[in-house]
Amino acid sequence: MKILVPIKRVADPDNANKLKISSDAKVDTTGLEWKPNPFDEYAVETALRLTENGANTKARVGEVVVVMFGPKEAESTLRAALATGADRAIRIDANDADLDGDVVAQGLKAIVDKEKPDLVLLGKQTVDSDSNQVAQLVAEYLGWPQATFAATIRSEGDKALHVGREVDGGTLHLKVTLPAVVSVDLRIVAPKSVRSAHTAEGHAYPDGVRFAALMAIMAAKKKPLVEEKLSDLVPGATRKIEYTSFALPPARAAGIKVKSVQELVQKLKAEAKVL
Amino acid sequence: MPDYFEIARHFSTEERAVRDSVRAFCTARALPIIGDHFEAGTFPKELIPEIAALGILGANLNGYGCAGVSDIAYGLAMQELERADSALRSFASVQGSLVMYPIHAFGSEEQKKKFLPELANGKIIGCFGLTEPDFGSNPSGMRASAREDGDSYVLNGTKRWITNGNLANLAIIWAKIGGVEGEVRGFLVPTDSRGFEARRINKKLSLRASDTSELVLEDVRIPKSLVLPNVRGMKGPLACLTSARFGIAWGVIGAASACFDSALDYAKHRVQFGGKPIAAHQLVQAKFAEILTQITASQVMVLEASRLKREGLLRPQQVSMIKRHNARTALDTARTCRDILGGNGITLDYPVMRHMCNLETVSTYEGTHDIHTLVLGQDVTGIAAFG
Repeated sequence: MKILVPIKRVADPDNANKLKISSDAKVDTTGLEWKPNPFDEYAVETALRLTENGANTKARVGEVVVVMFGPKEAESTLRAALATGADRAIRIDANDADLDGDVVAQGLKAIVDKEKPDLVLLGKQTVDSDSNQVAQLVAEYLGWPQATFAATIRSEGDKALHVGREVDGGTLHLKVTLPAVVSVDLRIVAPKSVRSAHTAEGHAYPDGVRFAALMAIMAAKKKPLVEEKLSDLVPGATRKIEYTSFALPPARAAGIKVKSVQELVQKLKAEAKVL
Repeated sequence: MPDYFEIARHFSTEERAVRDSVRAFCTARALPIIGDHFEAGTFPKELIPEIAALGILGANLNGYGCAGVSDIAYGLAMQELERADSALRSFASVQGSLVMYPIHAFGSEEQKKKFLPELANGKIIGCFGLTEPDFGSNPSGMRASAREDGDSYVLNGTKRWITNGNLANLAIIWAKIGGVEGEVRGFLVPTDSRGFEARRINKKLSLRASDTSELVLEDVRIPKSLVLPNVRGMKGPLACLTSARFGIAWGVIGAASACFDSALDYAKHRVQFGGKPIAAHQLVQAKFAEILTQITASQVMVLEASRLKREGLLRPQQVSMIKRHNARTALDTARTCRDILGGNGITLDYPVMRHMCNLETVSTYEGTHDIHTLVLGQDVTGIAAFG
C-alpha cells in the first residue's frame, strides 16, 4: 500500500513565551523552536504500522511518502519523519502566512494526482490553529471516501480499511474502500490500534510513536526529498481565511469569601443559579 | 530551561533530531519509572533493549554496528539521558566511553568484530575496572596484577566503585604485568570466568538507580588474545576517562536543566506572603539569575569543546575544565533548586533532590573536583601538586 502523509510543524509550546503578535495580527515566528504536530506524528506512526508486519519493522510492505508545506528550514521536520521510517519526502515551498486549510487541501489534491497513493493519512488537526479542515476538504476535492478521527484501523487486504471512530457513548465502525482519506485521533497509537494486512495476530506495539534510532537519523540524510512550488500546484492560490486579531482569554476575576453556609446557599441560588 | 545564548542554532538537523528522539524516549519510558527505581535501589534493566535499539551505546564510534554520530549529537544524547537520571547516563558512559571506546581504539580487529556489535546492541554489557579500594585519585598505584603463564594471563586484584559491575558480561580490567613497578595493560575479562566475582555495593545515598559493585579477581585465567594489544601504560585508561568526561560535561547539563525547570515551575506557582508567587521575590530571582548564568556557561563550554574535538585539538586539560565546571555547576544548581522547592523539594515527587544526590557522585567520580583543580593548576603553572 502506498500512503501519503501530510505533516506540519508547529511552534513548540514550551517556547510559547517567545511568540510575538503584531497589532495587525501577524505572528512573528522568529527564534521559535519547532516540533512536528503531534497528531501528524501519530499519522506517520499509523502509516508505518500499515506498511509492515510489526515483528520486523525494517521489512517494508509498501511506501510511506511524507509531504509538507513550508519554508526550507522546515525540512528538518520532514527529515525527522524519514528517520522514524518514512521512505521519501516532498516539500512544497510556501510561507506559513500564505496558507490556510483550503490552499493546503488544493495543493494536496495536486500531489495526489501525481503520486497516486492508495491512502491519504493525516492527523485530525494541527495544535496551532486547531482548524480541523484539511482531511475533509481534500476528500471532497478528490471525491474519495473519508473517515475522520480514527481510533483504530484494520486493513482488509489493502483493498479497504475498517475504521473505528470514538463517538459519544461508544465506537462507530465503518468501512472505507481504497483509495480514501483518513484522519487519526490520539488513540490510534495504542498498542493494538492498527493492524496492517500483514500484522501477526495478537501483535502489540509499545504504546505511542516509535523513536528514531541514531543510525536511522544519519541514514535519513540520504533519503529522497524533493521540492515542489506551490504556484505550480495551485496557480493563483489565495487564502480564504484571514486572521484579524488575537486576544488572550480574559483574566479570571477574584473569588469572594462568604461568612456562613446560609450566605453560600443564598449566593449559589441567587447569583450562580446552580441550585 | 531557556537556551539563553541560543546554542541550538549551532546544531545540525541531525543533532537536533538526536536530541529530540532521546528526549522523547526518556520522557515516555524513563521518567515514569526512574523515581521508583531510585527508591528501590535498582537499575532499570528493562530500558536496556530500547536504549540499545536507539543506537545510543557507543554512538560516536564509527563502524562495527555503531551509529557514528557527531560529538555534539553524542553529547546531546548524554544530556537527555541525564535529564532523566545520572544513572542512565552513567550506564551509557561506561558502555560507550569506557568499554567500547578502548576496544575501538586499542583492540585487535578480531576483538572489535567479536565485541563491538554486541556491545552496541546491548547483548553484552560492559564495565570498567580501574579504581581500587586504596587507589582512587592515584590509579597508577594499582595493585591488580597479571602473571604470564603459557598462552594465558592470570589476574589477581580488587576493583571498587565499578558502575555496571553486576550487570556486566565483560569487564575491562586494568592490571600491571610483572609486579608493582610493572606495565599497565587492559584485559577483556568475561565475568563468568572462574575466580571472578562482582559484589554489589549497597547503602548508597546517591546514584541509587545505578549498579555499583566491587570486583574481586582471584587467579582469573584469560587467554592472551583478550589483552588489548595497542596500548601500554596509564595512557590507556586515561584516554578512556577523557572520553567519558567529555560525555559527563554534556550530560550534567541535562540534570541541571531538569532541576531548573522544576524549580522555576514551582516558584511561579507557589504563593506565599500576600498572594504573590515566590518567583516575585528578589532572593528567589537572584538564585535563578545565578544558576541560569552558570548553566549557560556550561552549554557554551561544551559546544566549544566539541568544536575543538572535531578538529582534533581538544586537550585532556580542557576536558578537565569542562568536567570540573559543569559537574560543580549542576550540583550547585540542584542544591539551589532544592532550596527553592522548600519542604516539597525533599521528596521523589520532584526530580530535584534525586538529581542533587546523584550529582554528589558525578562531582566525585571520573576525577574529583579537586583533582581536576590540580590538573588545571599544573597546566597553568607547570608545577605538579598531586603528591
